[in-house]
Amino acid sequence: MEKELRLMKGNEAIAEAAIRAGTDGYFGYPITPQSEVLEYLMAEKPHERTGMVVLQAESEVAAINMVYGGAGCGKKIMTSSSSPGISLKQEGITYIAGAELPCLILNVVRGGPGLGTIQPAQSDYFQATKGGGHGDYHLIVLAPSSVQEMADFVELAYDLAFKYRNPAMILSDGAIGQMMEKVWLKPQKERSKEAPAWATTGKTPDRERNIITSLDLDSNKQEQFNIKLQDKYREMKEKEVRYEEFQCDDAEYLLVAYGTSARVCQKAIQLAREEGIKAGLLRPITLFPFPTKEIRRMADQVKGMLSVEMSAGQMVEDVRLAVNGKVPVEHFGRMGGIVTNAEEVVESLKTKIIGG
Amino acid sequence: MAENISPKTIIKPENLVHKRSSVLTDNTMHYCPGCGHGTAHNVLAEVIEEMDIQQDTIGVTPVGCSVLMYNYMNLDMQEAAHGRAPALATAIKRLLPEKYVFTYQGDGDLAAIGTAETIHSCNRGENILIIFINNGIYGMTGGQMAPTTLEGMKSSTSPYGRDKQMMGNPLKMTDIVATLPGTYYVTRQSVHKPANVRKTKKAIRKAFEYQKLNKGTCFIEIVSNCPSGWKMTPVESNKWMEENMFPFYPLGDFKVPEDK
Ligand SMILES: Cc1ncc(C[n+]2csc(CCOP(=O)(O)OP(=O)(O)O)c2C)c(N)n1
Ligand code: SF4
Repeated sequence: MEKELRLMKGNEAIAEAAIRAGTDGYFGYPITPQSEVLEYLMAEKPHERTGMVVLQAESEVAAINMVYGGAGCGKKIMTSSSSPGISLKQEGITYIAGAELPCLILNVVRGGPGLGTIQPAQSDYFQATKGGGHGDYHLIVLAPSSVQEMADFVELAYDLAFKYRNPAMILSDGAIGQMMEKVWLKPQKERSKEAPAWATTGKTPDRERNIITSLDLDSNKQEQFNIKLQDKYREMKEKEVRYEEFQCDDAEYLLVAYGTSARVCQKAIQLAREEGIKAGLLRPITLFPFPTKEIRRMADQVKGMLSVEMSAGQMVEDVRLAVNGKVPVEHFGRMGGIVTNAEEVVESLKTKIIGG
Repeated sequence: MAENISPKTIIKPENLVHKRSSVLTDNTMHYCPGCGHGTAHNVLAEVIEEMDIQQDTIGVTPVGCSVLMYNYMNLDMQEAAHGRAPALATAIKRLLPEKYVFTYQGDGDLAAIGTAETIHSCNRGENILIIFINNGIYGMTGGQMAPTTLEGMKSSTSPYGRDKQMMGNPLKMTDIVATLPGTYYVTRQSVHKPANVRKTKKAIRKAFEYQKLNKGTCFIEIVSNCPSGWKMTPVESNKWMEENMFPFYPLGDFKVPEDK
């Protein structure tokens, strides 16, 4: 299959990109606003296209544990869900992190808490970037802000996940999952025929048995393992930070936003500049590792920052940590499934930062 | 004559009647004396050795006393979260369909926290072998009540005996999975006596042979003991098992392929 330009929903684009990236297995359970991922895969019969396994599991709990099993065989495995389902997956995710297995988890975030709403939100930032399940671990978290990035981040997520033997999450939201945009799809990649050395593929006489586990009852060894994990996260922070700047060169005020909010902020910057307010945008692409240094650098340039998120203010804590009191940092965002608009953002910038 | 018998004169290839399976590692098992887990591991290892499928077998261990089974089996293995082994096995088998895949699970793991995974894997007819060790108690966490604990049976969370009104009825998972169209071979065995060990061995061998045919899930319950949790000597526990567990969990086949 050749490179191709199509008009697709974010959820469909990521499903098609997953097939083309050579995904070996997908395990999921329906939930709005991401069910199109599983629906698209079932309709496409990837088993016939590439041999990819697709299965609707009995729950998100089962699905994430199927991911564990498949990933333990060294395969490229993906699952997707939305907020309530991602909460259910947390047990499996911490086991996957503890067993150091690579995989791709998509969260098309909707408003919470509880059953909440099916409309878009960004209120799962803490859960995604701080661990989510029990124990000291992190996911690699990528935040797409377009249908194109939904597609493109599949391969990036797999590359990082396999490089670090760590689960990767694409943290999207209901708006990007549901909206249709033009998307360039990459040519079909062949599914890998080789398994990594650590994978459980059957013990051959030429090697020791491979064990996939997150258990070590010896506290000293468990501490050593935790130190190793932390080293891994430190290396990610040094090497894997990705972000995008928009009109930052002359900016006096900085908006920090990811995903759907970053798109709203681009419009807000245009409106602000029409009023003579020199605003710029820093869009974190990796939420973990977070662009701490880059935001710290901007604190030397701007007079204040506004973290724009569709939540009560979660990423704002990381922005504040980066800025460390140098300039004022405030949060603005709508909740409960309401997408913030550009006028509100400019208004908030004026009242919370410029006037403040 | 007696003075001629020494280890030197006895240890000869022609005198060898039993040896440690090559599918077991040299690690010392941590199980309590008289516990059925060790025997069940041994039987499984022997079948894998005899069938010469070590290279093609992937096992999934549960959370329970047998969580460290991967230390004893010389196999590629994955350790699952509590109750989730059949979900792992589902994916492993679907991604590596030419491999033999088994789970090994206790009654808390399989019949309480993992009920959904058990039922749905069996109902989908995943081509895996599920080995279910039913000792009527949570061994690992110190002898709490399991879904399989018998009526009136004492445990640390049913200290006056299981009261059906208050704590519900003991669950017969094997009976349930036998009714599902996805299961191909369902049987209940034990490993407390040599004759039973031989039967269990046969059952495991059949299950692996059926797995090759891709006909569905094979499910082997092994009714077993937990001397520590039951607070009995190994000998007492086996006697108690025969007198109390077997009447409620009778040994025998539930579902046998007709064409075999
Ligand atoms: C999510 C979760 N809940 C509870 C536990 C604690 N736990 C460990 S083993 C176990 C029960 C094991 O009993 P069983 O499956 O019957 O196996 P046995 O130890 O008797 O062989 C429990 C409740 C856990 N590890 N994880
Ligand atoms: S606690 Fe019970 S099940 Fe666990 S090893 Fe001891 S006897 Fe066996």
